[in-house]
Amino acid sequence: MQTVFSIAVDALAYGMVLFVISIGLSVTMGLMRVVNLAHGAFAMIGGYIASYAARDLGLGFGFAVLFAVFGTIAIAVPIERLLYRRIYGAPELTQVLMTIGITFCIIGIANYVFGPTLKTVPLPAALQGSVDLGFRSIATHRIFAILCGLSVAVALWYLIEKTAFGVKLRAAVDNAAMAAALGVRTEIVYAVSFAVAVGLAALGGVVGAELLPVEPYYALRYMVTFLVVVSVGGAGSIPGALVACLLLGGIDTAGRYLMPEFGEFFFYLAVIAIVCVFPRGLAGRTR
Amino acid sequence: MTMAAMNDAMTSAPGKGRKLGRDLAGLAAILALAVLGYFLFPNNLALLTRITAIALLVLSLDLVTGYCGVATLGHAALFGSGAYAAGIAAVHFGITDPLLMLACGILGGSLAGLVCGVVILRAHGLPQLVLSIALIHLFHEFANKASSWTGGSDGLAGIAPDPLLGHFEFDLWGRTAYVFGIVLLAVVFTILRLIVRSPFGMLCRGIKEDPIRIRAMGASPKLALMKMYVISGAVAGTGGALNAISTQVVGLDSLSFTLSAESLVMLVLGGTGSLFGALTGTIVFMFFEDLVSAANPFHWLTMVGALLIAVVLFAPKGLYGTVAGLVSRWWGTFR
Repeated sequence: MQTVFSIAVDALAYGMVLFVISIGLSVTMGLMRVVNLAHGAFAMIGGYIASYAARDLGLGFGFAVLFAVFGTIAIAVPIERLLYRRIYGAPELTQVLMTIGITFCIIGIANYVFGPTLKTVPLPAALQGSVDLGFRSIATHRIFAILCGLSVAVALWYLIEKTAFGVKLRAAVDNAAMAAALGVRTEIVYAVSFAVAVGLAALGGVVGAELLPVEPYYALRYMVTFLVVVSVGGAGSIPGALVACLLLGGIDTAGRYLMPEFGEFFFYLAVIAIVCVFPRGLAGRTR
Repeated sequence: MTMAAMNDAMTSAPGKGRKLGRDLAGLAAILALAVLGYFLFPNNLALLTRITAIALLVLSLDLVTGYCGVATLGHAALFGSGAYAAGIAAVHFGITDPLLMLACGILGGSLAGLVCGVVILRAHGLPQLVLSIALIHLFHEFANKASSWTGGSDGLAGIAPDPLLGHFEFDLWGRTAYVFGIVLLAVVFTILRLIVRSPFGMLCRGIKEDPIRIRAMGASPKLALMKMYVISGAVAGTGGALNAISTQVVGLDSLSFTLSAESLVMLVLGGTGSLFGALTGTIVFMFFEDLVSAANPFHWLTMVGALLIAVVLFAPKGLYGTVAGLVSRWWGTFR
C-alpha cells in the first residue's frame, strides 16, 4: 500500500512535469506541423536561467521562475523568426535536421557557458520538506509540481476554448490557409503560440528540475520522451497530451520502482503498443 | 508495369550506356578515394575503416529513407544487430572466420530489419518516427540486459578473427581490415546500384511518391517496403560485422539512438535518394567531426549543429544534390 501510494504520487508529479513541458510542443506541432526536436533544449535553457538567477544573482524562487520563462522566450523568439520560419511546410526530414542542429548548438553553448556539471534550482523553504496527510506524508515539491500542471491545463483550456485568440488558434490548426483568407493573421498566431509554448517549456524545466536534472545533455536525453508523449497523445490535443503524460508517467515510474534493472524497457514497449493500436495518438483526429 | 517503371524504361533506353558509365565512375571514385586515403592517412586507417562501416549504415538508411520515404531515427538497430551477431558468433560459438562472421552479421541485420520493418511500417509521419525511436531504445535496453551474451555496458570483447582467406592477418595497423572494408563497400555499392535501378527499386520510389496509386495499380506497397527493409538490414548488418571484425569489440553505442540520429544527419547532409549522396555525407560528416573534435573538443557539437543549420538553409538538397545540380547547370550553359 505504501509503495502503491508513493508510486502514484511520483507518477502524478512526473506526469504533470512532462505535461507542462510537452503541451507546448504538442500545440506547435499540431499548429505549425514542425517536428521540433529542439523543444527540450528550451526547457533546458529555462532550467539554466533559473539556476543562474537563484544561485548566482540570489533572486527568490518566484522571480527566478519569471526570469527563466521570459528569458527563454527572449532567446527563442529570434530563433523562431530567423530559422523556424524557413522550415514551416518543409519535409519532415529537413525539419528534423534543422532542429537537431539547433539542439546541438544549444547543448554546445550550454556546455561552454555553464560547464558539464549538474545545476540545481534551490527551492524556497516553503517548498522544502513534506506535507503530512495524516496517514502518509508527501514532499511539498511534488504537490507544487502537480498543482502547476493542473493550473497550466486549466489555463490552456480556458485560453483555447473561451477566448478570441483561442478561436483563431483553433481555426489556424484546422485549416491555416482558410483562416488566413478569413482575416486571421496566422503569422501572429504562430508567433504567439510559439512564445507560449517555449515559455511553458521553460516553466516545466524549472519546476521539474528536481525530477529531470538540468545538465547539457538534458536536451537530447529527454527530447525523445517529450516527442513520444506528443505522439502518443496526438499532436494538438490538450486532453490527449494530459492522458498520455499521466499514462506514460505512471508506466515509467512504476517500472523504475518495481523493476529498476530493466530501465526504460517497459516504457518503450508500452509506447510501441500504444502507437500500433492508435497510430494517430490517443486523441488524434483523422485528417 | 507501373508508371514509374515505364518512365524509367523510356529514359533508360537511350541512356543505358551513360548510366553504366556513371556506375563505373562511382566505383572508380570509391577506389581512388580509398587509395588516396591509404596513402594520406597511413597511421589513421582505423578511422577510415570506421568511416567505411558507417558508410554502409548510411547507404542502408538511404534505401529506406531516400528511396522509400520511411522516416526513421532508429536505424542503428540494424547496424548493431549485425555487429552483435558477428561478435556473438565469434565469442560464444567459435566462428572466427571473417567471412562466416560477415555472413552472421548479414543474417542478424536482415532479421533485425524484418522486425523493425514489421513495427515501423505500421504508422506514418510522426508516429513512425516515434516507433523507430522506441525500437532503438528497446534494442539498446535488451542488449544491456542480456549481458551474459552481449557483455552489457562493458561491451563484447575478445573477438579474434582468423586471417582473411587464411592468408591475410588482421594486423595492428588495420591494413587488412581497411582493404576488406573497401572491397565490401565496393561490392555492396555495385549491388545496390543494380537494385535501385531494377523495376523493384522503381516500385519503391513510386511508393514514396504515391502509395495509394501504387496500390491501385495492383502492387502491394507494404510487401515491397518490407523487402527493402530486409535488404537494408543486410547492408547495415554488413557494416556492423565489418565494425566488429575491424575493432574486435562491440559496444552498446552501436545500438544507440545517437548513432541512429548521426546516420540520418549524414544522409540528409549528403542528400537523400542518391547512393553518392549517402557516401558524400558520411565522408564529410565523419572527417568534419574528427577534425573539429580534435581541434576543439568543447565546441565540436556547436560546430556540427551550425553545419546542419547551414546545410538546411543553403543546400536543401544536401551537399551532393546541390553540387550535382550546379554541375549540370554549368554543363548546360557551356554546351
